[in-house]
Amino acid sequence: MFDLDRWREIFQSINKNRLRSVMSGFTVAFAILLFTLLFGIVSGLSNSFKGAFADDAQNAMFVRVWKTSKPYKGLQTGRKIQLKNKDYEYIAEEYSEKIQYKSSRIYKNFFIKYKNEANSYSVMAVNPDHQFLEKTIIDDGRYLNERDLNEKSKVIVIGRLIKEDLFGERPAIGKRVNVSGSSFLVIGIFSDDGGDNEERKAFIPLTTAQSMYGNNDYISQVALGYNPDLSLDKAIAFGNQMERDLRNKMNIHPDDQSALSVRNMAEANKGIGQFMGILYAIVILIGSGTLIAGIIGISNIMIFVIKERTKEFGIRKALGAKPSSIVGMVVQESVLITTIAGYLGLSLGTYILSLIGNSLEEDYFIKDPSVSPEIVFGATLVLISAGLIAGYIPAKRAANIKPIEALRAD
Amino acid sequence: MIKIEGLHKSYPIGKDSLHVLKGIDLHIKEGEFVSIMGSSGSGKSTLLNIVGLLDGHDEGNYFLNGQLIKDLNEKKAAILRNKFLGFVFQSFNLISYKTALENVALPLYYKGMARKERLKVALDYLEKVGLKDWANHLPNELSGGQKQRVAIARALVTKPKVVLADEPTGALDSTTTDSVMDLLKDINNEGMTVFVITHEEEVAEQTKRIVRLKDGVIISDEFTNAAKAI
Repeated sequence: MFDLDRWREIFQSINKNRLRSVMSGFTVAFAILLFTLLFGIVSGLSNSFKGAFADDAQNAMFVRVWKTSKPYKGLQTGRKIQLKNKDYEYIAEEYSEKIQYKSSRIYKNFFIKYKNEANSYSVMAVNPDHQFLEKTIIDDGRYLNERDLNEKSKVIVIGRLIKEDLFGERPAIGKRVNVSGSSFLVIGIFSDDGGDNEERKAFIPLTTAQSMYGNNDYISQVALGYNPDLSLDKAIAFGNQMERDLRNKMNIHPDDQSALSVRNMAEANKGIGQFMGILYAIVILIGSGTLIAGIIGISNIMIFVIKERTKEFGIRKALGAKPSSIVGMVVQESVLITTIAGYLGLSLGTYILSLIGNSLEEDYFIKDPSVSPEIVFGATLVLISAGLIAGYIPAKRAANIKPIEALRAD
Repeated sequence: MIKIEGLHKSYPIGKDSLHVLKGIDLHIKEGEFVSIMGSSGSGKSTLLNIVGLLDGHDEGNYFLNGQLIKDLNEKKAAILRNKFLGFVFQSFNLISYKTALENVALPLYYKGMARKERLKVALDYLEKVGLKDWANHLPNELSGGQKQRVAIARALVTKPKVVLADEPTGALDSTTTDSVMDLLKDINNEGMTVFVITHEEEVAEQTKRIVRLKDGVIISDEFTNAAKAI
């Protein structure tokens, strides 16, 4: 239905009436610009939020124990609960299909000394999987492996900041440090997105810690990564089920949070998901408000324009223009202006977002703001329909005025 | 060509209605040059608007080219206007952002003629009204008489059955009035039916038949000396 003559009429009309064309275009471009910026900034916020939980794996779960707070089966309140290797093994076996990563944890605080430099650091005794659970990034050397555990090797992986504290600019890999009296070989240096505290830690093999300090099979915590194929709801159910199961197994009251609890990232993720959902809902509300304001703006201008052109339409009709041809002409013109202006607003918005980039991350928590192609596509659709409506309603009315009345208009 | 029987037309004014045409009977044959005379308020413009399908009537029959005009929607009216009628208005009614040539070519656009062809035809008609050299001027660069001649060229370009002129000389001085009337006479001499509305005796006298209207009824209908001369 490409009608070259129709386009010629439209371009002539736009060209001869530049001010109003630019004005109506500006309204739409501005609305779309605001819409784009709003969406981009919220997506930037969302990116920051996701980043804030980058410390641990998205699918991490932690089994923690402390003292009972409720009597149960004749056992008293205040009984200390202790996790042991067999509990770890039970979990690993019982839930093997639902688990991607698993590691025990023992928390210790040790003086680590190298030559004249010494300081107290938190040291965690773990299994090799722990690297993925904690999202530990190896900068140099390697992480703990199964062999270290089997041989109860005295090896240590230190955080970037420990390395700086003790070694400064000197190389650390292959050097020996004194950990609470024993000599450990530094095999790796790591960093962590979780912040400075996370980088002032050190990791040693679980078995080494158990044999050296206490010679028992105690563990402080079990860290797990649930199978990422599980949905959030299923992962939460898994956590709850495991919690009940372990409490039952250890003779803990089913509701005793203090004695044993499972901290599940799936719950936090669900919370973030809900929060972002609400944020997006608000933005969609405000964004659509902006768009509607733009649409009303262009509708107003179109009503004015059409009033101004009523006489012209009367002339055209006297010369044989059908109402449909007049409506078609106005609608096509309106759609053309909204589409072009909307595209300009969108491009400008995207350009500004790309200029902002990560520059606002530190102060305003806006990271890499951008709009997705779906949003762009949706906004374009809205624009075209806005142009259609804004042009159609007043044009339809104008086209149905009797030519004699239209000719009388001034 | 135009046959009107017992035509009535009222306009609502608030709660009342104003009875403008009170039973008009008029028969205009092909090739006639008719003027409708009357003071303002006599109903002459209303009559022209009804004849020109720019407005509907309440009662009576109207036949245009043998076709009964009844219950026309805007689309049908537009097609009939384009096919049978050419308009010349007192205030010219040229589209201000189109050149003289484009204004003349516009009815052909609505007829569906290709651009090249319609511009060529339009130029022929501009030449006919002596404005070929002004083809690419905008209306506001033309004098009143020139504008009216452009409008006449536009009315003729579709080769209509009837040219309807509503006070075509109302906005012109006496010299240009004569040139416009000469043009209309030429058109009529070529066989075109011309229907002029005026309140000026000098203009009416140049037509071949004068129909006088007063308060919505025809008070006289006679051929002029100009007609008798032929």
